[in-house]
Amino acid sequence: MSSIFQSSIGKKLIMSVSGIFLVLFLLFHMCMNLVAVFSASAYNAVCAFLGTNWYALAGTAVLAFGFLFHIVYAFILTVQNRKARGNDRYAVVDKPANVEWASQNMLVLGAIILIGLGLHLANFWYHMMFAELVEAEGQYGPTEGAQWLSYYLSKWPVAIAYIVWIVALWFHLSHGFWSMLQTIGWNNLVWLDRWKTAAKWYATIVCLGFAIVVLGFAFEVFPLLDNCCSEAAAECATKCADACSCK
Amino acid sequence: MANTIDSKIPQGPLAEKWTNYKAHQRLVNPANKRKLDIIVVGTGLAGASAAATLGEMGFNVLNFCIQDSPRRAHSIAAQGGINAAKNYQNDGDSVYRLFYDTIKGGDYRAREANVYRLAEVSNNIIDQCVAQGVPFAREYGGLLANRSFGGAQVSRTFYAKGQTGQQLLLGAYSSLSKEIKNGTVKLFTRREMLDLVIIDGRARGIIVRNLITGAIERYFAHAVVIGTGGYGNTYFLSTNAMGSNGSAAMQIYRKGAYFANPCYCQIHPTCIPVHGDIQSKLTLMSESLRNDGRIWVPKKKEDAEAIRAGKKTANDIPDEDRDFYLERRYPAFGNLVPRDVASRAAKERCDAGFGVNETGLAVFLDFKYAIQRLGEDRVRERYGNLFEMYEKIMAQNPYKTPMMIFPAIHYTMGGIWVDYELQTSIPGLFCIGEANFSDHGANRLGASALMQGLADGYFVLPYTIQNYLADQIQVPRIPTDAPEFDAAEKAVKDKIAKIMSIQGKRSVDSIHKELGHIMWEYVGMGRTKEGLTNALAKLKEIKKEFWSNVYVPGKADDLNTELEKALRLSDFIDTGYLIAIDALNREESCGGHFREEYQTQDGEALRRDDLYSYVSCWRYQGEDQDPELLKEPLDYEFTERKTRNYKE
Amino acid sequence: MDKTINITLKVWRQKGPKEKGHFETYNLQNISTNMSFLEMLDTLNEQLVAKHEEPVVFDHDCREGICGMCSLYINGHPHGRDSHTTTCQLHMRRFKDGETITIEPWRSAGFPVVRDLMVDRSAYDKIMQAGGYTSIRCGAAQDANALPIPKPDADEAMDAASCIGCGACAAACKNGSAMLFVSAKVSQLALLPQGRVEAARRAKAMVAKMDELGFGNCTNTGACEAECPKGVSIANIARLNREYLKAKLKD
Repeated sequence: MSSIFQSSIGKKLIMSVSGIFLVLFLLFHMCMNLVAVFSASAYNAVCAFLGTNWYALAGTAVLAFGFLFHIVYAFILTVQNRKARGNDRYAVVDKPANVEWASQNMLVLGAIILIGLGLHLANFWYHMMFAELVEAEGQYGPTEGAQWLSYYLSKWPVAIAYIVWIVALWFHLSHGFWSMLQTIGWNNLVWLDRWKTAAKWYATIVCLGFAIVVLGFAFEVFPLLDNCCSEAAAECATKCADACSCK
Repeated sequence: MANTIDSKIPQGPLAEKWTNYKAHQRLVNPANKRKLDIIVVGTGLAGASAAATLGEMGFNVLNFCIQDSPRRAHSIAAQGGINAAKNYQNDGDSVYRLFYDTIKGGDYRAREANVYRLAEVSNNIIDQCVAQGVPFAREYGGLLANRSFGGAQVSRTFYAKGQTGQQLLLGAYSSLSKEIKNGTVKLFTRREMLDLVIIDGRARGIIVRNLITGAIERYFAHAVVIGTGGYGNTYFLSTNAMGSNGSAAMQIYRKGAYFANPCYCQIHPTCIPVHGDIQSKLTLMSESLRNDGRIWVPKKKEDAEAIRAGKKTANDIPDEDRDFYLERRYPAFGNLVPRDVASRAAKERCDAGFGVNETGLAVFLDFKYAIQRLGEDRVRERYGNLFEMYEKIMAQNPYKTPMMIFPAIHYTMGGIWVDYELQTSIPGLFCIGEANFSDHGANRLGASALMQGLADGYFVLPYTIQNYLADQIQVPRIPTDAPEFDAAEKAVKDKIAKIMSIQGKRSVDSIHKELGHIMWEYVGMGRTKEGLTNALAKLKEIKKEFWSNVYVPGKADDLNTELEKALRLSDFIDTGYLIAIDALNREESCGGHFREEYQTQDGEALRRDDLYSYVSCWRYQGEDQDPELLKEPLDYEFTERKTRNYKE
Repeated sequence: MDKTINITLKVWRQKGPKEKGHFETYNLQNISTNMSFLEMLDTLNEQLVAKHEEPVVFDHDCREGICGMCSLYINGHPHGRDSHTTTCQLHMRRFKDGETITIEPWRSAGFPVVRDLMVDRSAYDKIMQAGGYTSIRCGAAQDANALPIPKPDADEAMDAASCIGCGACAAACKNGSAMLFVSAKVSQLALLPQGRVEAARRAKAMVAKMDELGFGNCTNTGACEAECPKGVSIANIARLNREYLKAKLKD
């Protein structure tokens, strides 16, 4: 048992399991975001719900570790793989037609996602969870998620950065999703193509979900049901949040 | 060395000889096996299976090959299958029947006792390979499938797609790998044997050249086993691999091992024809194609000429102007006559001016009729991969236009003479697989080569070699600085130095091609006294040309592919000479040897049992002297000799 | 019918494993399009020998696509661009007149260059020796039909077993991973009852040896499958992962 994580397949297993975790998290995050499409108050309620309580924190910690493992092992594996390639590189390289571009550029895509993640943490997580933890003061309160969305996404450079991020995420997921199943050995001749198709579907749904929110807030058409920028709505949201929070 | 040949065939009824032999042979006990070293040269079916099995038994084995891995030996290229008398198809097969078919297929020029033993152990081979994990073709019931092959009336051929040789070799290679892991076998890759070391009349070691460093190395063993394959590349163009060579056989021949029946060379009828001067090898298309393809040439010479000139294509020739010559000449067997018959018939048509392709050296193998009868899908199912291979090489679609085929050298039945124990005329020196002459007589049936290689390596040699080694247990390991090793190494180094010093004008390949032309022209499918005499003179000239005008670049003590080829060529030239001498001596036609003077009125082979029912064993007499002929008579105790007839 | 082309070759020349290599450019005139790629290289070598230069060293043997000896990286692809083709089965008709063809050796830490285009692939033999077999002794086997095997399993084992050990998978892999090779052998034997007995031991031993020899980690790009001259599927890699993880979890 001891050596399993020292073996190549063991290390890949770590990538795979942490990947599965992130895949599930993204699905959840996307669903949560979609709430903002319809109602600022509902979204803020969700934000408040996922504020500073122990299970949200525990979840965040696990998530952070998942990310960390995924990233650290990505680098460890890449370094090993470059070494395995030898010192001389091919002068001419031509990608075979049926090899996914994404599969050969997972680290680059991952790096873009990581940068995007930094942006995301600074924009939202810092204000909406971290601020609550340290009780810092911001332009909006930690539970005023919808306001933060409007505030940042109405700035074009931010919106564009998010779109780039989402595109990178799509490619990363389109390979990562079936690759993780392949790595845990949950694949065979029949399921090979099925999982690849499922991966594209999954990546598309998740990324569309994210993209809709970004674009909708960028063009200021969301939320559809209540306007998050109106004073009344903000008030209502705060009330809602108070009502829902488990303090 | 005695002038009489003792083949050491055990007494008793045919079916009991091998059992009796095993019951009475001497054995080596486990503690003593560890003290005995055995060198096995070659890692093909015979070499790898022998090395692995001897290792399993507990001997110390040193295994050599010229490639970078044992898995690349040319046994890997065998397509069709492997015969065994399992009778799983319930079609009346038996050990006796397999024995009889092999004897008859070999045109009654093989030893009965050897062939019977081969048929006997054939069943064990299949068991052994299945246990190794060889993925033989299976039926839906989960049991093994069989196909039929030329020269038999039963379905006894086991196969793994069109890659049976590959799968069997990988099976032997896996057992070999297991023994390397266990430490009983030491593997030496990219080493080429250059000489045999004889001490006190017994084979005690070999001299090899490390092909990467060029260093000459010495190895001692209590016994030496040669499994280095056939000498088909003497003809330059053959279906053999580029590296296949007959050098080890030539080295031991020069040291006193008899060379038997060198003239028996099998020419395979269904190969892709030659396209030009730079061609390096010929590709075989499985014999199974003849099950559904019809072979023809144009009836009219002008049509053949038009096709050669590119003015007409095969599809322009109407059915009534096509000469299905095999069906015409051999109504009973038609396109399924044995290999030697089909090859000669193709040559006869081409010589008469009816050949196709630009060179005039090809005949058509047409699947139009099979497609009409079975539909394209069924044909694709059966031969799809072969058709693809053909299209890759020829850039023609065989579904639309007939394939072109021509005979090519494929296998050599002749080889180093061995007795019943597979021991050569040098004590302690054994020879297995295609390298020996033993079991196929004058012609080999399809799917029998794999059987023989594995029979020798798994089930025969590991027993018989103990009979020799039993009294060698007292012999200590002889250090490789013994004077005999010095002398052998010096001879090798001198030979290399001589070749390097010539610095002539001809490349090795250009001389080899010239040798090939002579061999194919005069010592090929149709041989005559005049042609063979002519060939012998030309071969002497070639030899002179080689030793005075070859050019080898680079250094001797370095990786030098040209030097490797030159060393092999020097042996091929001598092999060619031996083939021609034997062919000249054998004034009859049998199997792979056809003397045009000896044919029936219908142009069929005329065997002369009263005069030539013997194994020709050639004994080396010196560099510039013709070898001496010794005869091992072939007595047929258990079978009646008949003339092969494929007409009715 | 016998068309000829003129081509420019950029060939990697390297004296030994530790020495620095470089590209050498050669022009070849009137190359028949019917020639195989290796016959074209034979022609080049004949010309070099005629000029008293050292010929280009490359591995080759059977020249019919089965021995796995040939190993050239041609214009960015192991065994050239065509799928399901070994270098020796590649023909010059696949190239255009005036084309520049770049020929490189396999480049992978596991396959050090020996000379020019020849590499050392003994690592694959070592992996096989670690466990690529069933531990049966000759003579001990039961009757071949005593163990029925479902045809689909036998067929899939055959497809895995068709690997020729050429090394194109590791050469094509941007990670220098040998997983396709290892998985093909593990799969073949894992699919058959006679190989199941030692399946766990085999998977662990072969993977451990592969790692030890410095091959990279599989990231499922599928380049190995795309470039494999025998089309061995990466579904085998999934099976290897499964076998390995199962074996390790059992410990």
